[in-house]
Amino acid sequence: MPDFLYALDSDGVATITWDVAGRSMNVLSLAGIDALDALIDRALGDGAVRGVVITSAKKDFAGGMDLQVISQMQSGGAEAIFAGVMRLHHVLRKIERGGRDAKTLTGAKPIVAALTGTGLGIGYELPLACHRILVADTPKARIGLPEILVGLFPGAGGTTRLVRKLGLQAAAPYLLEGKLLDPQQAAAAGLIDEVVPAEVLLARAKAWVLAAKDADLVKPWDQKGYKMPGGAPYDPSGYMTYLAVSAMTQGKTMGVYPAARAVLQAAYEGALVGFDTALKVEARAFTSVLLDPTAGAMIRSLFLNKEALDKGARRPALPDESVRCLGVVGAGMMGAGIAHVAAIAGINVVLVDATVEAAERGKGHSASLLDKDIQRGKATDLTKAAVLGRISATADYAALAPCDLVIEAVFEDPKVKAEVIARVETVVAETCILATNTSTLPITGLAAASCRADKMLGVHFFSPVDKMALVEVIRGAKTGDRAVAKALDFVRALRKTPIVVNDARFFYANRCIIPYINEGIRMVAEGVEPALIEAAARMVGMPVGPLQLVDETSIDLAVRIAQATKAAMGAVYPDSAVDGVIFALAEQGRLGRKAGAGFYAYDSAGKRTGLWEGLGAFWPVAKDQPDLAQVQHRLLMIQALEAVRALEQGVLTDIREGDVGAILGWGFAPWSGGPFSWLDRIGAGAAVQMCHDLSKLGPRFAPPALLTDLAEKADGFYARFAAVSA
Amino acid sequence: MTEAFIFDAIRSPRGRGRADGSLNEVTAVALSAQMLDALAARNGLSGHAVEDVIWGNVTQVGEQGGCLARSAVLASSLDQAIPGLSINRFCASGLDAVNLAANQLHGGLGQGYIAGGVEMMSRVPMSSDGAAIAVDPSLAMGTGFVPQGISADLIATEYGFTRTQADALAVESQRRAALAWAEGRFSRSMVPVRDRNGLMILDHDEYMRPDTSLSALTALKPAFQAMGEGMPGFDKVALMKYPHLERIHHIHHAGNSSGIVDGAAAVLVGDAAFGRRYGLKPRARIRATAKIGSDPTIMLTGPVPVTQRILAGSGLSARDIDLFEVNEAFAAVVLRFKQAFDVDPAQVNVNGGSIAMGHPLGATGAMILGTLLDEMERADKTLGLATLCVASGMGAATILERI
Repeated sequence: MPDFLYALDSDGVATITWDVAGRSMNVLSLAGIDALDALIDRALGDGAVRGVVITSAKKDFAGGMDLQVISQMQSGGAEAIFAGVMRLHHVLRKIERGGRDAKTLTGAKPIVAALTGTGLGIGYELPLACHRILVADTPKARIGLPEILVGLFPGAGGTTRLVRKLGLQAAAPYLLEGKLLDPQQAAAAGLIDEVVPAEVLLARAKAWVLAAKDADLVKPWDQKGYKMPGGAPYDPSGYMTYLAVSAMTQGKTMGVYPAARAVLQAAYEGALVGFDTALKVEARAFTSVLLDPTAGAMIRSLFLNKEALDKGARRPALPDESVRCLGVVGAGMMGAGIAHVAAIAGINVVLVDATVEAAERGKGHSASLLDKDIQRGKATDLTKAAVLGRISATADYAALAPCDLVIEAVFEDPKVKAEVIARVETVVAETCILATNTSTLPITGLAAASCRADKMLGVHFFSPVDKMALVEVIRGAKTGDRAVAKALDFVRALRKTPIVVNDARFFYANRCIIPYINEGIRMVAEGVEPALIEAAARMVGMPVGPLQLVDETSIDLAVRIAQATKAAMGAVYPDSAVDGVIFALAEQGRLGRKAGAGFYAYDSAGKRTGLWEGLGAFWPVAKDQPDLAQVQHRLLMIQALEAVRALEQGVLTDIREGDVGAILGWGFAPWSGGPFSWLDRIGAGAAVQMCHDLSKLGPRFAPPALLTDLAEKADGFYARFAAVSA
Repeated sequence: MTEAFIFDAIRSPRGRGRADGSLNEVTAVALSAQMLDALAARNGLSGHAVEDVIWGNVTQVGEQGGCLARSAVLASSLDQAIPGLSINRFCASGLDAVNLAANQLHGGLGQGYIAGGVEMMSRVPMSSDGAAIAVDPSLAMGTGFVPQGISADLIATEYGFTRTQADALAVESQRRAALAWAEGRFSRSMVPVRDRNGLMILDHDEYMRPDTSLSALTALKPAFQAMGEGMPGFDKVALMKYPHLERIHHIHHAGNSSGIVDGAAAVLVGDAAFGRRYGLKPRARIRATAKIGSDPTIMLTGPVPVTQRILAGSGLSARDIDLFEVNEAFAAVVLRFKQAFDVDPAQVNVNGGSIAMGHPLGATGAMILGTLLDEMERADKTLGLATLCVASGMGAATILERI
């Protein structure tokens, strides 16, 4: 079945209806481009046709380009990519011209985009080429250009048209941040022309077609004397805009996202030439982005593999385990956060704490988050009431009886947790799954306290729960498949991304984060300029430097972890250089942000004012400083090696989870696609060499056997494990 | 090698570079032509007297566009057989005009040149010619472009200069300029600007504020802090090049940065035969010239490497130089120069500089060279060095030797 259907009504209005078979959301494929092109030719060539409405048979208009198209284009190299993009430009430009006379600019056939709902990526770029954009009034619909979030940019004329339509400054949030709007917001921002009731969408579109005049069918940029809104780069007004946007983007992206620079390059160069030349410029910039490994790595991890995990790629093949009633024990920050996101997802929650007051305080956390959403216009009093209505706060364990999943989120102490688990087990049904929320405690040990270890597992929510997209699901030695399925169905309901890992000290995320923090602290001890450590981390794409991170998570926690690890490891404990620093800070009472003092200094309002000036007195800055790249390699490699060891030791069983989890869990350099993608990108051989170079700093950089093996066989992680992960 | 001598050097007074500045009513062509006419008249030039007029000018659009040098020749009393060449190396344009003339003489081409420059900042605003390095992302993002004020503050941060040091330098610049005027030290080179009827328009540097005090400067807010720390956040861009710095200390403001002014300057350069032909006595030999490129982000450190280069090329050390003119684009530029060469502040910018009197971009290089020569004669010194920092990360220098 073709992706587009064609129908001509008695008024002479042709309707082209997008309806890709077997998909809930339209995406544009190579065949689709051909089909659309042929139908446009047909409509423009048929004297009986007065105009065209392009719409969708689905609830939404289109979700974007079929990523298959991108990989097909990529495999053909620069020439194929450029030709493919220009082909798309050609079709969209044909729509924009509407068959008009090139000299008089008259005689075009009106072509209207009538969006039933969401239009993203090409789903908005195609409408941008039409003469008018109508969108059905569906508040959940989203309009915009999210390409930048997966390392691409709008390359089907979206960049060129939006900059010409709005000016660079106004277009920047959509192009550079992938900001999406609902239809009403999109109309107010000038992205679309009209929002109309869904039931009259087609009628209104046809009416516009029939009433359109020649002047309505020539875009401003196709008219003589067109001036770019806000000014072109060398207009006095535009000059400052282009200067500022470049600087802001450089500062925000830290120079590690090729697509951000490329989209600005296309905008700038495009603004200096005529429209058709600008499309060519845009196509060249887009081609360069597709040829850069960043886009491929980001698409793979942040789009394809994240989606696969979201849809349950790691879920045991068992019947639906949707959570009907959730129990949460412990209404502290984590417990309250979990209760909140569950209630938002429509799940009834029983929130238990030692006293009703404590439980109510946890519920109050949800109320205050909702109040903030109301202030921002993201929630209403009604939704607040509904969400809070789903949370019942109590001190009575018996209230947990109807729950099919209970998560305990009490203090991280094995004894306390064991007591709580035992108490929960006395009240819940035999089939109830018990999860313990922990970032560090081994699940297998906790499960020993349970009489039904197969129904127990660990979950590791990240803080703040309402913001962080990743959940680690930890399989203990005896955890059964149904427990895993239950946890994954719960995570899916929260619209978060799960990774399933096996039980070992610090699981996956903390196992990698701790060495990152420690490497930063080691460098302080070595006399590396602390500002350089932090800047190097950010400039390699980490969201926060290691010193800032440990201030956030607190120095005393680092001390406790160090003491526990040392006790567990004994003589082989490798981190005493780190301990020297954190113990000294702890002694000074510099326990991190919560103490208003740590590696950083803070003002009375708790705002970071800068690195603590006293650091130099404890750990004098060395005269010879390492270069930026060496600091960056240390900070990235120490994480990547830990990820490899987690895979070697079976904690991770799927590299997709290793990559997606690293980006969503702790912000591992998203441009890289994750630690395994990064190692593949530099190549196992080069990575092993880098390890040998870094090994002079300590055995922690010794290359793991798996990495050495890949290097010897000229293999890569995705090449070797793709079959497992497919 | 043919020697290149300076026979004369003149300059206009500097007018405030605003609509209410005295020179705002004078066109760039008219002011340039007045300089050419004055130089011709003072030195008895006539006919095809010089090989070329090399004219520095930064913002070459509008009335300063279209090869202003040629327009200026045609608007002057000079013979139309003399061509004109407009050049742009930003703030060093006027110095590079002289250097280019000298180097052509060194190479044996021609006998005489007029070199100099003009900038009417009140009429043709700075940056109105655009610059790809600021707005083309491949450069702006690729090289880490930031405005000069951020660069100047970055120099202060990197090399450890305080606000007080910068302000003290500014106060001293004002004091020295006022003293120089009071003692008539600029009178030899000063050519007042007159209208077509001979009426006086301006005969002194009107930007100066001799009563500037340290406490008055202390009250001024840093000029580049908002654009650096707020929107659009240039500090972040600069710090990506200097990651060992945690932040930039913003110390510059209008009082310790160069002034925006209108002005022009011209230098008569020639070989020995030229002097004989017109009966002129050479005042100084152009001993050496140099130009360099440096990191475009910190941008304004060029005077240090270019001075190292010119000294090395001429077998001299900083100790051999008697007097220095280091353009006061920003206080930190001069502080860095003094720090790098450990020179006595009494030898540097003896008669004040651009902070006190203003910095007419394309003209300044020729102006400070003339100021240097006048002071070398007044103080009876042998070797003098003039240098300027240059936008986009460059530097230029000239060494003069009195005959």
